[in-house]
Amino acid sequence: QVKHPVISLRFVFIFIVQMGEFKVHRVRFFDYMPSAIRAMVFSTRTERLALARADGALEIFNFSDNYFQEKVMYGPRRVAVEALCWVGPRLFSAGLNGEITEYDLENLRPRYTVEAYGGPIWTISVNSQGTLLAVGCEDGTVKMFEVLKERIQFQRNLDRQKGRIISLSWHPSGTLIAAGMMDMIRIFDAETGRATHRLLVDRGAGASKSKEVVVWSIAFLSDHTIISSDSAGKVQIWDGLNGTLIRTHLITKWDVLALSVSQDESSLVAGTSEGTVVQFQFISSTVDRLDKDWVRTRTFKNHSHDVRALAHTETAVVSGGMDTQLVVRPLLDKVEKNTRESAMRKVSFPHRSLVCCAKKAGLLLFQFPDHLELWRLGESDGYGKLGGSLPVKRGPEKLIQLKRKGEDHICCSALSPCGGWLAYSTVTSFRLYRLQNGSISICKVSKLPKDLLPAHQLCFSTNSSKLFASSSNSSVVVVALNELECKYLGTLKAKYGCRQPVHQLSASDNGKWLATANTDCEVHVYNLDKLKLHCTVPVYGSCPTAMAIHPTTSNLVVVHADQQIFEYSLVKKEYTEWSRRLQKQGLHSMWLERDTPITHVTFNPKNPAHIIVHDMFMFCIIDKSLPLPEAKNVLYNQMALRSLPEPDRVLHSHGFKICKDFQHLLCVSLLEDHSLVVVERPLLDIVSQLPAPVRQKKFAT
Amino acid sequence: MAALYAGYTLRGLAPAQNRPNSGIQGVEAERDSDHVVVTDSTRCVTLYKVSDQKPLSCWTVKQGHTLTGAAVYNARTQEYVAVSDRKVIRIWKEDDIILDKAFKATVSSDVWRVHCVAGGDPVVLFHRGAVRLLDSLLSAPQQPIEEVLSPEEAISWSTNIVTESQQFVIFTTEQKGDHFLYLQRLNPNSLQRYHLEREEPGLSPLSFSVSYRDKHIRLLYLYPNGHVYESVVSVRAPVPEEGAQALPLPRSLLLSLPVGEGLLQAASAQELDEAHVAVVGVPHPSAGSGKDFLCIWNTNFQTLQAGKEMAGKIYGQLWSFWNKLFIPHGKTFSVIPYDCPKSSLASALGKQRQVKKDESKAPTSVPSWNTLLHEEKAHPSRTAETRKTRTNRKSQSAQSLTNDQVLELIKTAPVEEVQREVQLLLSRTDTQDLQTSVGQLASTLASRSLNDPAFYTPSSLVQLVHTRYLCHSVCPDLVLLALERKDYFLCQLCLQFFPDIPEVVTCACLKVFISMSDVDAAKVNLEPDSVFFMEALIAQEHEAGLNGFSLADEEDRSDNLAEGGATAQRDNEKASAAEQMCPVGLHKAVLLNEILQTAYFDSFLLPHLKDLSSQDVVLFLQYLQFVYLKFSHDACKPTQGLRSPSLTQVMDWMGLLLDAHFTVLVMTPDVKDLLLNLHRFVKSQVRFVSELGKIEGSLQELDKMALKRDVGQYSIEIIELF
Repeated sequence: QVKHPVISLRFVFIFIVQMGEFKVHRVRFFDYMPSAIRAMVFSTRTERLALARADGALEIFNFSDNYFQEKVMYGPRRVAVEALCWVGPRLFSAGLNGEITEYDLENLRPRYTVEAYGGPIWTISVNSQGTLLAVGCEDGTVKMFEVLKERIQFQRNLDRQKGRIISLSWHPSGTLIAAGMMDMIRIFDAETGRATHRLLVDRGAGASKSKEVVVWSIAFLSDHTIISSDSAGKVQIWDGLNGTLIRTHLITKWDVLALSVSQDESSLVAGTSEGTVVQFQFISSTVDRLDKDWVRTRTFKNHSHDVRALAHTETAVVSGGMDTQLVVRPLLDKVEKNTRESAMRKVSFPHRSLVCCAKKAGLLLFQFPDHLELWRLGESDGYGKLGGSLPVKRGPEKLIQLKRKGEDHICCSALSPCGGWLAYSTVTSFRLYRLQNGSISICKVSKLPKDLLPAHQLCFSTNSSKLFASSSNSSVVVVALNELECKYLGTLKAKYGCRQPVHQLSASDNGKWLATANTDCEVHVYNLDKLKLHCTVPVYGSCPTAMAIHPTTSNLVVVHADQQIFEYSLVKKEYTEWSRRLQKQGLHSMWLERDTPITHVTFNPKNPAHIIVHDMFMFCIIDKSLPLPEAKNVLYNQMALRSLPEPDRVLHSHGFKICKDFQHLLCVSLLEDHSLVVVERPLLDIVSQLPAPVRQKKFAT
Repeated sequence: MAALYAGYTLRGLAPAQNRPNSGIQGVEAERDSDHVVVTDSTRCVTLYKVSDQKPLSCWTVKQGHTLTGAAVYNARTQEYVAVSDRKVIRIWKEDDIILDKAFKATVSSDVWRVHCVAGGDPVVLFHRGAVRLLDSLLSAPQQPIEEVLSPEEAISWSTNIVTESQQFVIFTTEQKGDHFLYLQRLNPNSLQRYHLEREEPGLSPLSFSVSYRDKHIRLLYLYPNGHVYESVVSVRAPVPEEGAQALPLPRSLLLSLPVGEGLLQAASAQELDEAHVAVVGVPHPSAGSGKDFLCIWNTNFQTLQAGKEMAGKIYGQLWSFWNKLFIPHGKTFSVIPYDCPKSSLASALGKQRQVKKDESKAPTSVPSWNTLLHEEKAHPSRTAETRKTRTNRKSQSAQSLTNDQVLELIKTAPVEEVQREVQLLLSRTDTQDLQTSVGQLASTLASRSLNDPAFYTPSSLVQLVHTRYLCHSVCPDLVLLALERKDYFLCQLCLQFFPDIPEVVTCACLKVFISMSDVDAAKVNLEPDSVFFMEALIAQEHEAGLNGFSLADEEDRSDNLAEGGATAQRDNEKASAAEQMCPVGLHKAVLLNEILQTAYFDSFLLPHLKDLSSQDVVLFLQYLQFVYLKFSHDACKPTQGLRSPSLTQVMDWMGLLLDAHFTVLVMTPDVKDLLLNLHRFVKSQVRFVSELGKIEGSLQELDKMALKRDVGQYSIEIIELF
């Protein structure tokens, strides 16, 4: 092993030859299709964004931790969530099934569900005091629910209206509530329940005159200004005291589906079906005038399809819609220019792996919401030239497509390294299968221990003799597997007070250690022989996004959402020398500025100095024996290095072998035969599967 | 360019759904451009006032009867004629309410259609090809009707046109896949039969349209494969002997329309004027394969001039009356006004006046439908103006004169009175009416001024030009008159506002402007914007001088140089100094700028340019060089908002001038420097362009390199890491 930081050029030369070539299985047959974004809500208090997708999935993003997708939950059934609402740290949702659901954010499942008895619910809104929830129903009622400590209780109905209630907004004082309906807006007195004002909304011009206009979204400001957005493409500003229209901004020919107002009520954004987000600001129209007005200021076009959901944070506009991407667009007057905060973010892929690779068997398991696919990789013989592709002797093969039982989403799945076991879990059921690889048979294992539910993350030991499932209260259930039988061995419990779910599991190759990471940023390492806590890695302020235990040195490598990398020696219970060196010198700024998290860590069994990590746009082989990239130099990636002449290449090469040949990565793994597997899902393929966007008139058509 | 304007729907008319046809049997012109008679496929005839989008009256035949031919309007007797149940001819007037009480006559043979066009008598065409004038038929309704067509032959389409001398009934028939055209003359009667050339087997024409121009009848027909043919028949063709074989009808391919996938099903082509064809049911070439488009094609240049998507199913029906297209589509029946201005080579080939921002806000010379229909809404800014004129109108309505009176007045009255009355008329009249009257006023004024040397009303003419409803073709004498009377302000306005000044007039103006002395020019009052622009341009020259580039300095320095190279150096510097000086006066430059900005076509301009004297050419070239130099300096871009010639216009004119006078210029010693200078520019430009070409080449190479090979679903690759 070479540990010396100063390496002679000659040695580097030899080493390059050693690093050499990789055979890469480039996989594009994972038809992963994210679901459209339906609703989102941002909590300024916790800096968390809750997001609901059309397939019923709920995601929580931590905006204070590099927009990391902390949690993913699925409702009990495939129900489209129509609206979301934070009440303090509690999250409520309402949907067209007519029910209000509160979520258990620690166990990642619905806590309870209350039927509102008003038909489909279109909107939910909480007053600023956090005491009353109002929901708008299809039957024209606004129903009030009292928020109690453990549940919510129906309080009363406001005056029933003709026509559905599409949108709701409380006045900050909590005494008034505005409701957007078909063709009109109603203002209710929240105490008496009487409707006090009726504001009629114009229909669209021309042919759409006969169509009812839908007030898609509404906002009630503290100065009694009401802002509405509707299906005729208008954003209208109303005087809520007198019920008069102040101003109309026609911003699109299509629908304006979403509105969001900043906390200080000085700026608002509106999202349209054309995919644009239009910002309005409360400013005086000319410099010397004192009276302020809502003025249209900026237009962002980051979406190809309808913008269904919007959130206005302190510094950014967050938008999402039919094109499934979450876009965080910082407002450049609120952030410092050319910093990490001022860069636009697009979240296209989940921040966790949906692919499981059986390294020994050469199998890939793809997780879809409603089924699993098991594929065997192809083979080739012979050698091709560098940069070229080899003739495929045997193509990839889809061995099994396994439909999930029941209605629930698959929330996690795993494939054992030998390819002999397959496990998946939904919120309500857990299933384990034995796979016979030669003859492709699948056999369900019955009599599973009950403690396996609910499982948030699954992991097999390297020799496939054990299955680990993360369970409630940060605990991990250990199950022993042998032929057609599985036995409960015990539960690994962290210290008292740990409640957040474990989202990362990693077992060591020698079967001795298991590392767990939870969304409270805690990393625990258990001794599997004793089934006891071995040590806790010092807590770092950012959530771990991927980790793995080195097969030979038993060092734990943890990568965090802020792109930091740590290596912790489990034997010595301290950070390794390399890790300290890395922290001392600091990671290269180009590395830190990447905007997608590392989602997988693995090692090269042939060279213990290699750590293989990947994010969405690159994979990187970190060679610990090579000098780290220096902050003052450019961080050359492999493509740039290739274009350099030989001597320069040696000069500029460094320990981070970043390869960007493959993009939109869902998984990068190293098989036992030393060939790489990269699973790509080109965004273009996703876009091509989206429905057609609204028709835009182009010139001369 | 032809244009389609915003359409509107004729209310109360919905074509039947789920049927192959639209439910509209025919649309016929009524008394004026605002009325049409629409016959639906069953029992109903409706009279519409088009601009109001509403029916004026509606007549229905009794249940059990059907209308089998579209109703027509006989303008002479102000009666409507329709055919019901194939044999019953019904005639009624507008104030008849119940159709069944109106006049009826039963004839002895099946009627195909009744035709009537303005200026002609109603004609009845029978199913078997016989033709009768309605009057003669009604005198003996049961008269025997001969059979003209052979038994298998059937009429597919028919129409009726009136020429100066004769009335024609034209109809096409089909017999076993062959198509024939019949030309029936009336008074004296004669019948000609033509055989249409066969298209691909199995294809029969989808639609016909006929027009009469220059003593020829032109038949336009569209095949399902998108081919539009035109056949021309002379109205004076010798009458062939009876019973002769059908003559072959020569045809020429006018257009080959894109059809997208498959053949056209329901489509129709309608000739709008000699150069334009409206087509419905054919895909738009740049909008995929959807066939629901209405397009106007220019047949001379084979260009698509305007297109509009029609929502819903297209039934392949299209009528056009008075610059309006009538189209049933989906559930609606739309009226779409169109406009096909005469296309000139210049406008088609692009040496147009440069489209600038300010031009878009100028009122178009053609009143758009929006402004006509929703005037208040569309032009809120003009309400103030109209209010003012309205008050004017009130106060003056008593003594003000009508248009015709003013026209009479112009012919005789003294200058002051004419000016006053024209102003009054202009301030009073609504803009719609102006369009017609302005032309008359201007041409009368111009003709009187030409005949009467003492008479000239510059202010009135300027006012008329300012309305922007004038153009050169309306009043061809105006520019020459202005030149003759040395009214350069009017000249400038004409050059500015007239889109169609012929090259010969442009050249005449140029000649006058360039040979005018600067002193004279300085006295001329010109449009302030253009003067301001030129002032700015020249002012920059002075600034450059101030920044240590003055002439005196340069000469001092060059004196100190050694003898040999000094003269050449001095020449050069003198030349460059001269380039910095504007070779013409301010006002003259403004006028020349106006010339530079007119539309023209090279081949027409060149012969007239040759008439310029070589002195003028040199001066003009110097001026062009001056402007070019100014423009090529980064500091002096053509100012936004002000009217100014563009760099390309300057270059084009330079090229034209050199083309026209090259031999003369080469022989003239004084111009050598100038030519060398220009040559230098060209060389540098060529070098620049070739560099650009190189860059383009390397960029393309880059593109090719970046071109990723298509990666399938799966591949095994070899990569190398360093």
